[in-house]
Amino acid sequence: MTMAALPPDWPGGFWLHWGVFVVVIFVFVMATIMGFIWFERRAMAIMQARLGPNRAGPFGVLQPVADGIKVMLKEDIVPAKGDKVVHWLAPVVAFVPALMIFAVVPFQGGAILADLNIGILYIVAISSVTTVGVFMAGWASNNKYSLLGAMRQVASVVSYEIPVVLSIVGVVLLAGSLSMQQIVMAQDIPFILLQPLGFLLFFIGALAEINRAPFDLMEADSEIVAGFHTEYSGMKFALFYLVEYGEALAISAIVTTLFLGGWRGPLLLPWLWFLIKVILVFFVIVWIRTTVPRIRIDQLMALAWKFLFPLALINLIITAVEILVWPAGSLWVLVPINIAVMIVLVLLWSRFFKLGWGKVEV
Amino acid sequence: MKFERYGIGIAKGLSVTIRHLLRRPVTTQYPEQRLNTSRRIRGNELIWDREKCTGCATCAKTCPQGVIHIVTSVSIEENKYKVEKFEVDTGYCIFCGLCVEACPYEALFMGYAYERARYRRGELVLAEEGLLASDERKPSGYAHPEIAATLPKQTLLLDKDRGKR
Repeated sequence: MTMAALPPDWPGGFWLHWGVFVVVIFVFVMATIMGFIWFERRAMAIMQARLGPNRAGPFGVLQPVADGIKVMLKEDIVPAKGDKVVHWLAPVVAFVPALMIFAVVPFQGGAILADLNIGILYIVAISSVTTVGVFMAGWASNNKYSLLGAMRQVASVVSYEIPVVLSIVGVVLLAGSLSMQQIVMAQDIPFILLQPLGFLLFFIGALAEINRAPFDLMEADSEIVAGFHTEYSGMKFALFYLVEYGEALAISAIVTTLFLGGWRGPLLLPWLWFLIKVILVFFVIVWIRTTVPRIRIDQLMALAWKFLFPLALINLIITAVEILVWPAGSLWVLVPINIAVMIVLVLLWSRFFKLGWGKVEV
Repeated sequence: MKFERYGIGIAKGLSVTIRHLLRRPVTTQYPEQRLNTSRRIRGNELIWDREKCTGCATCAKTCPQGVIHIVTSVSIEENKYKVEKFEVDTGYCIFCGLCVEACPYEALFMGYAYERARYRRGELVLAEEGLLASDERKPSGYAHPEIAATLPKQTLLLDKDRGKR
């Protein structure tokens, strides 16, 4: 662990930094999750020509608070034949990693809990642990719907981890570092322009990993009730709800850091730029949720293995070759080339993309 | 080559949803905002006109539910029926409007208001005073086009000035 990115005049040194940032991150995550819950419900409602929650507080901003109070007063029900210890442990196992991701997210230069030199690897490792919590929930509920939802979640995360990680490697190749801070520092040109295909693959894969629509079939209410949290109520359910939005916030922050230049931007304060970009990414996630219908499990798997995975490999090879042969200092020329490559590859692979040995056309 | 398969379909859908951001919501926030109902609504059970009623009991005979109870007495001096009791158990009323159509003296009307919820079943049984017209219980235009002409036009969810009322 290197502490190089700490400002040298930081008062108190390591432990004060640690204490302050743990509090700051916890408050930031909780407040932003509350805001996101409200934001998603309002934005989705407006896009569906509705009003959304507007009773609790001005414009309904206190709705998440009211929901929280309601959910805390609910009876905590544990299935009689469920695995009680695992049932109790599952929300915690799911929630803690979602919170731990923010340890390496840089809010601005130096404003980071731990500038790990393997920051992005740490995120990849820790974010998968949430799946264990989800699977524990599905198993412990002693309910076929819960187990089905959890199985789908595990299958999708195992599949989508690969294209996600491969597209992250493209970014790491460009930045020359795994540290989140260094990746932001390297983005004189935002990597969304240098890695348009990587961004697309990462975004689709990330949506699938955090169960957002259109990949939310592990909690598809029309087929398996509520998926893994069917048997959860009260505070445990609230934790799963927080996980869902915490992961959405984490993905927004990671996309911001990896592809949109993190805190960097003209005029405004760095942390404000970071926040604006995070909210923008989250808005796109909500936008996609209102638009695209849920897909089937076979379509989910086919998309991961037949579409995203080969494209991610090709993207990685192209990026590697570009970095080897391209002269330094003229990266701007790569931008149109890479966008053209993305369009050609996506069109080509859409042509090849078939479900079920090609007997069923998409 | 159908471009719907190459991501254009999703792009079209995304443009539809983003355009909805500028659209007015169709929600009517009920207790604060109300829509004008149809002028011929069969709303509040019955509005009864004591002056016009002759006590002929045609309404009670046409009522398929048999919920109209009318008791009359003969007044010798005036040489006509006197309505002693006119009682409707509106809990059983099916709003068919047959009594209104049948009344030969146009003494019965369907109501224009529609908020009929009560806490007790007994409160649904309305008698003479409770059936008279008032500001809250206006007669609707059902089977009475001359009343319909005086009522405000119905507002639809699509109407622009809907939110102001």
